[in-house]
Amino acid sequence: MNIVIAFLHRAILQGTPLLFGSTGEIITEKSGNLNLGIPGIMYIGAISGVIGGFFYQNSTISVNPFLAIFIPLLCSLVGSLLASLLYCFLTITLRANQNVTGLALTTFGIGFGNFFGGSLIKLSGADVPSIALTRVAKVFKTSLPFAKQLGIFGELFLNYGFMVYLAIILAVIAAFVLNKTRIGLHLRAVGENPATADAAGINVTKYRYCATCIGGMIAGLGGLYYVMDYTNGVWSNNGFGDRGWLAIALVIFAIWRPALAIPASYLFGGLYILDNYLHVSMQLQPILQMLPYVVTVVVLVLISIRKKRENQPPASLGLNYFREER
Amino acid sequence: MPEQNMQGQAEQKKRQPLFHMIKRNSLPLWHSVAIRAAAILLAFVFTGILTLLFTGKDPIRIAAIMFDGAFGNSLRTWVTFQNVAVLLCISLALTPAFKMRFWNTGGEGQVLIGCLATATCMFTLGGKLPDWLLIMIMTVAAIGAGILWGLIPAIFKARFGANETLFTLMMNYIAIQFVEFFLKVADKSGSNTVGPNLLSHGWIPALFGEKYLLNILLVAVLTVLMYIYLKYSKHGYEISVVGESENTARYIGVNVKRVILRTMALSGGICGFVGLMLVGATSHSIDTNLAGGYGFTGIMVAWLAQFNPLVMTFASLLIVFLQRGAGEVSTVAGLNQSFSDIVTGILLFFIIGCEFFIRYQLIPNREHKFFAKKQTQEEQVQ
Repeated sequence: MNIVIAFLHRAILQGTPLLFGSTGEIITEKSGNLNLGIPGIMYIGAISGVIGGFFYQNSTISVNPFLAIFIPLLCSLVGSLLASLLYCFLTITLRANQNVTGLALTTFGIGFGNFFGGSLIKLSGADVPSIALTRVAKVFKTSLPFAKQLGIFGELFLNYGFMVYLAIILAVIAAFVLNKTRIGLHLRAVGENPATADAAGINVTKYRYCATCIGGMIAGLGGLYYVMDYTNGVWSNNGFGDRGWLAIALVIFAIWRPALAIPASYLFGGLYILDNYLHVSMQLQPILQMLPYVVTVVVLVLISIRKKRENQPPASLGLNYFREER
Repeated sequence: MPEQNMQGQAEQKKRQPLFHMIKRNSLPLWHSVAIRAAAILLAFVFTGILTLLFTGKDPIRIAAIMFDGAFGNSLRTWVTFQNVAVLLCISLALTPAFKMRFWNTGGEGQVLIGCLATATCMFTLGGKLPDWLLIMIMTVAAIGAGILWGLIPAIFKARFGANETLFTLMMNYIAIQFVEFFLKVADKSGSNTVGPNLLSHGWIPALFGEKYLLNILLVAVLTVLMYIYLKYSKHGYEISVVGESENTARYIGVNVKRVILRTMALSGGICGFVGLMLVGATSHSIDTNLAGGYGFTGIMVAWLAQFNPLVMTFASLLIVFLQRGAGEVSTVAGLNQSFSDIVTGILLFFIIGCEFFIRYQLIPNREHKFFAKKQTQEEQVQ
């Protein structure tokens, strides 16, 4: 029994960066921008937070809990906002191809993360052997003090740092805004048919900019969570791995619904660590790691075969909108 | 008159754009080349400043180090040209698919699955067959595997309209995990690469004792063939019609589904061939990073070169030079190797951005306050 609880606990920890990433990407894709730069943005979000936390931790002896959260969070948000703005400027204003821009951003972002992760100490001249933000991370990991005493319930639902809940809250808010508000209706209109939305007086450019930037910032938080909470503030190059692409896969798996992304990301998180719990031979581990992608492909095929209208990708996904070229 | 009043107010409130964008009909060749050259130059200046900030070395010294990293000795030069060949070959493979507006983002996976097929043949059949037969089987297996990896998304795209960008993207990671599986099966020690000691048979013979030469020559031939295929063959014509408009293609009697399948088979097959070259001819080893992200970089090269194989050659050379040069700079300065990814990213951003100025013309809007003010100033001066 205990092992099941431990597995579910770790699945949720593992699924949280994916939930941030996929919530952000769903918001972005709903506006018609297929931002393949999300994996890069998640690296940028992570390293920006690390840089902020690094300088803060090295500057003080006693860590103020509020500042320890506020500074990395702000740095992370600013970093991913700038990266998203670059993507928006190139694709929306300069009308560049979205796939090419996104992949360039991913190349840049992963390089950016690994470069500063590997060179920050040398560049800043700090006298520390490695980037270990243990004191800052401790604040991020703080869970409710009485969670441990509540047995299984406490272990499974309460024993997490605040960012796990933040991911769920953001996904719920995104689901609400997309489906129940006028802003969400406009955003979906922009993603489905920008020409019609434009004719109805919706500012397509503004909606695409805002959705992509907000989406990018949320995705960047996934990177921040990974470093600060999951790995206890220890940065390792390429440690984040292919989670960014997994987040993009998750968007399809959740058929562009943030509410569905919540259980789906925990499922993917579980699949990610399943090989540690099923006592399979070492050879079969990669086959288990493959599962999330295979499942995603199957979902992608199924939604295209069944052709249910509410399950389709946004109709103008990946296409830029030029008012003059209608 | 209230109506006029309202109109007047509306005109006052109406925001004026600073520039008008006008789509260019055509641009003289030298003009578009000049715009791109300017963008590349700007990117170099920008990255130069960045490098200066990080390393504190003067720009001329940095340029010397970069050149040394790419062409410093004969091995470095060979590796540079080998990388150019690989990148160019992947870009060539992706080009027909892109021209058809089929977003094959799965180059990385198609190359890797070709690598895997080659390595599997070398591992299981090595020593049991004569080398010439083994090499033939490897070739068929690698190209076949690439074709398979390209065809799976193409079938679902042609038949059901499944989103090919996302589908091919997912296929990359499935391929990576298959390679991982092979590594674990072939090498029980759990290392993350299977080297020449296990893949000791079926090495494609080196030409004139230079193991990179054969690849480079083959890719050069392929470049010419692809140019002819796209420009002068019936298939090439069908690809461009399907890319421009599927309805037009259907109207003139092109079997769209068949073109999609055929083109993706070609695309995947060439990627599989890259895998054969990488494992069979040069590295004689396999790991999940063997394609080195060139499957993705190739996408950008193919698109930015606007499907022109000659421009593609130049773009591949530029990117490989920059990557290897920046890698050397970071080694010398004791910084992380990923600096080359940052530099590549910046160069790509500049080239992506400059495309806009090739396709569009910006004309200052005379009604905008900014320019109107300038005009009155000029008049006052006069």
